[in-house]
Amino acid sequence: MTQINSKIPQGPLAQKWSNYKASQKLVNPANKRRLDIIVVGTGLAGASAAASLGELGFNVLNFCIQDSPRRAHSIAAQGGINAAKNYPNDGDSVFRLFYDTIKGGDYRAREANVYRLAEVSNSIIDQCVAQGVPFAREYGGLLDNRSFGGAQVSRTFYAKGQTGQQLLLGAYSALSRQISKGSVKLHTRYEMMDVVVIDGKARGIIARNLRTGRLERFFGHAVVIATGGYGNTFFLSTNAMGSNGSAAMQCFRKGAYFANPCYAQIHPTCIPVHGEFQSKLTLMSESLRNDGRIWVPKKKEDAEAIRAGKMKPTQIPEDERDYYLERRYPAFGNLVPRDVASRAAKERCDAGYGVGATGLAVYLDFSEVINRLGRDVVEARYGNLFQMYYKIVDEDPYETPMMIYPAIHYTMGGIWVDYECMTSIEGLFAIGEANFSDHGANRLGASALMQGLADGYFVLPYTIQNYLADEIRTPRMSTELTEFAETEGAVQARIQKIMAIKGNRSVDSIHKQLGLIMWDFVGMSRTKESLQKALDAIIQVKHEFWTNVFIPGESEDLNVELEKALRVSDFIEIGELMARDALHREESCGGHFRLEYQTGDGEALRDDEKFSYVACWKYEGDGKEPSLLKEPLIYESVHMQQRNYK
Amino acid sequence: MEKTIHITLKIWRQKGPQAKGAFETYQLNNISTDSSFLEMLDILNEKLISEKKETIVFDHDCREGICGMCSLYINGHPHGPDEDVTTCQLHMRKFKDGETIIVEPWRSRGFPVIKDLMVDRGAFDKIIQAGGFISVTTGGVPDANAIPISKEKADEAMDAASCIGCGACVAACKNGSAMLFVAAKVSQLALLPQGKIEASRRAKAMVAKMDELGFGNCTNTGACESECPKNVSISHIARLNREFLKAKLKD
Repeated sequence: MTQINSKIPQGPLAQKWSNYKASQKLVNPANKRRLDIIVVGTGLAGASAAASLGELGFNVLNFCIQDSPRRAHSIAAQGGINAAKNYPNDGDSVFRLFYDTIKGGDYRAREANVYRLAEVSNSIIDQCVAQGVPFAREYGGLLDNRSFGGAQVSRTFYAKGQTGQQLLLGAYSALSRQISKGSVKLHTRYEMMDVVVIDGKARGIIARNLRTGRLERFFGHAVVIATGGYGNTFFLSTNAMGSNGSAAMQCFRKGAYFANPCYAQIHPTCIPVHGEFQSKLTLMSESLRNDGRIWVPKKKEDAEAIRAGKMKPTQIPEDERDYYLERRYPAFGNLVPRDVASRAAKERCDAGYGVGATGLAVYLDFSEVINRLGRDVVEARYGNLFQMYYKIVDEDPYETPMMIYPAIHYTMGGIWVDYECMTSIEGLFAIGEANFSDHGANRLGASALMQGLADGYFVLPYTIQNYLADEIRTPRMSTELTEFAETEGAVQARIQKIMAIKGNRSVDSIHKQLGLIMWDFVGMSRTKESLQKALDAIIQVKHEFWTNVFIPGESEDLNVELEKALRVSDFIEIGELMARDALHREESCGGHFRLEYQTGDGEALRDDEKFSYVACWKYEGDGKEPSLLKEPLIYESVHMQQRNYK
Repeated sequence: MEKTIHITLKIWRQKGPQAKGAFETYQLNNISTDSSFLEMLDILNEKLISEKKETIVFDHDCREGICGMCSLYINGHPHGPDEDVTTCQLHMRKFKDGETIIVEPWRSRGFPVIKDLMVDRGAFDKIIQAGGFISVTTGGVPDANAIPISKEKADEAMDAASCIGCGACVAACKNGSAMLFVAAKVSQLALLPQGKIEASRRAKAMVAKMDELGFGNCTNTGACESECPKNVSISHIARLNREFLKAKLKD
């Protein structure tokens, strides 16, 4: 059996990263110029990596599917970014951030990776401030912090409700500087179609020029995947319309392991679904749970009256409201982690206490804070979020409580990587949400931005050198090599196969069908039966796609329907992988909740004896079941226990 | 209760950058007023696919008003008739039953049409590349709290930094000027001590690039500010002018 080597450095936890850096191989400046690195994606991870590698002197090729690197979906992150600065003097430390993240991930993340993440978190804040990121400040001129779910300290730095935007624009400005210097060559409106592997090493990519529809070949001594998560498998999610998991699936089909695909995060505070034509879901930042209180009516009659439109939430007196998070989790209250808050909302709605026209919503109420601190303070904190809610729902959250419901938001699973962020294919790296490494089975709020930037600014620029140091004698390869031609040929064949179907269904209609299966059977609560049902239903969707999809237009032209079709063909495969992984993991942990495995009071029940490992799925060929490899998770510094937020 | 409306759309169709475009008329019935403008276009595209026709191409991505990818000139307004929103957050409740809606791409020399309603805004990236950054490299920077910045300045910088780079300001301007876009970045960085050092150089480089790329001059009509989905103020243009003058005086 193949052994998984995660390459975790020796030594005590707190010294592993320093030890690694002290003994790793480096590339000298003259050699850096001769080495090409392909970075796919320009979000927080991709842009920060491309910029940093360019600054170091490597020759970087950077790709994005949008018209500009600044559009990457990191831009939509609202709430903030964590760091262990301990500026508020409330007891934070690198160890505490590490511990909260491990615990938040329900003891399913790698200790060494998470510790490193906590360790470099402070440098990220310094870097962003130096770039001109306008974080919120106190009157004294120093940086302000807010609190977030799963933590008892205030360690979250923020820029209004637009933190992701500001951090991404910071990374984008650093990237732009390198582009102007010529160290990074940018390709916008290009989509990666496959990775080219030569003698077992990643040596380039095939990309489709989305303007012309033509395939092009690019060589790199190393390839970095920074293409984000696969949440759009569910069709409706908080991801951008273009967010996709295709690059990850291309790597998977070339032999890279896909780790923990079933760990998907369902975010508790999104605007509820309102109609069949709906194209995406909008998140309301977790930071709102700092001041908003979540409730449903105590009496079923009241909930029914509200659903029928006969009663308004403001008419329900205080003692007739069930603040169920405060009731169930007094220690963390409304700030329990996302998986816990989502399940609690579903529990209340399933029990018949949900509100809104569909009964699939709970209230997030700001009346108490507005009375206590005044409307101005609330507006300063959350103004843009309130405005966004008003524009979408046409109700004023200053006057009436917001309605929210959980939605797919983030995927903790992803391409398997070792401590160096290298996948199981040599020279192929994965960073940010695209990899699986740091969040275990559940990610804490404000930690995605931290991980993306940690990987791009402070981890990959070191670890990739340990690989490239042995590549300094490898000359740039011609893209006329057989491996390039064959890979391009296979991509071309796939495209022509899709174009030739000429069926009767639109890509979106099939994607929606897949999404409903995923939400109903592989969503917030899963069972053996539901997952088996999902696997059967996904096979039918796959058949429907490959026999009945219709793509108008030509393949060698700008063709949006073809772009979507290629992505959906991969979402179908990911959906299958998620269901398979969820079926095999006979326990509940973090975002993965199996109804069969819960404690007496409905909390996730882990089985550490049997499932304390990373599930790595290996591709075995089209139509064949993937095989499972296990990377054991060994905890040296924390004691595994049942998560308790009470 | 869900309300629906019937609408007529006149949409600009153009095969490619060099092709001659024209308006085409489409009829859509029973559109929910709760759907967004782009969801309405999704419904139209779905209909076109069922008729085996090519779909209407338009840029969009996050659909929550922050990525800046969506555009569209709707009934004579960039991002349509609603205030302070991008097209993706414009909802059909802002239109009347039986209304005719005219949809065009951004029209500006700086933003050539790629196909239908999709335009090339690469010029904005080039302007940022000319100097829209602080020249720091990764690592070796001081502690984040080493330089206190007054809350007032930080908030003002944040307001400028909220620009999403959508290009509505250019589309709204009769001169096709990118001054508000340039000013927002120059102003954000000039307000902060970290960015002050390069302020003049930055203003000069970005303005020169803007001119080179074919954007027009600013004649202070204020159309950009009133159409900006993020309310970026033209007071930033005044700050840009100050930085630009300072730079010129030094020459």
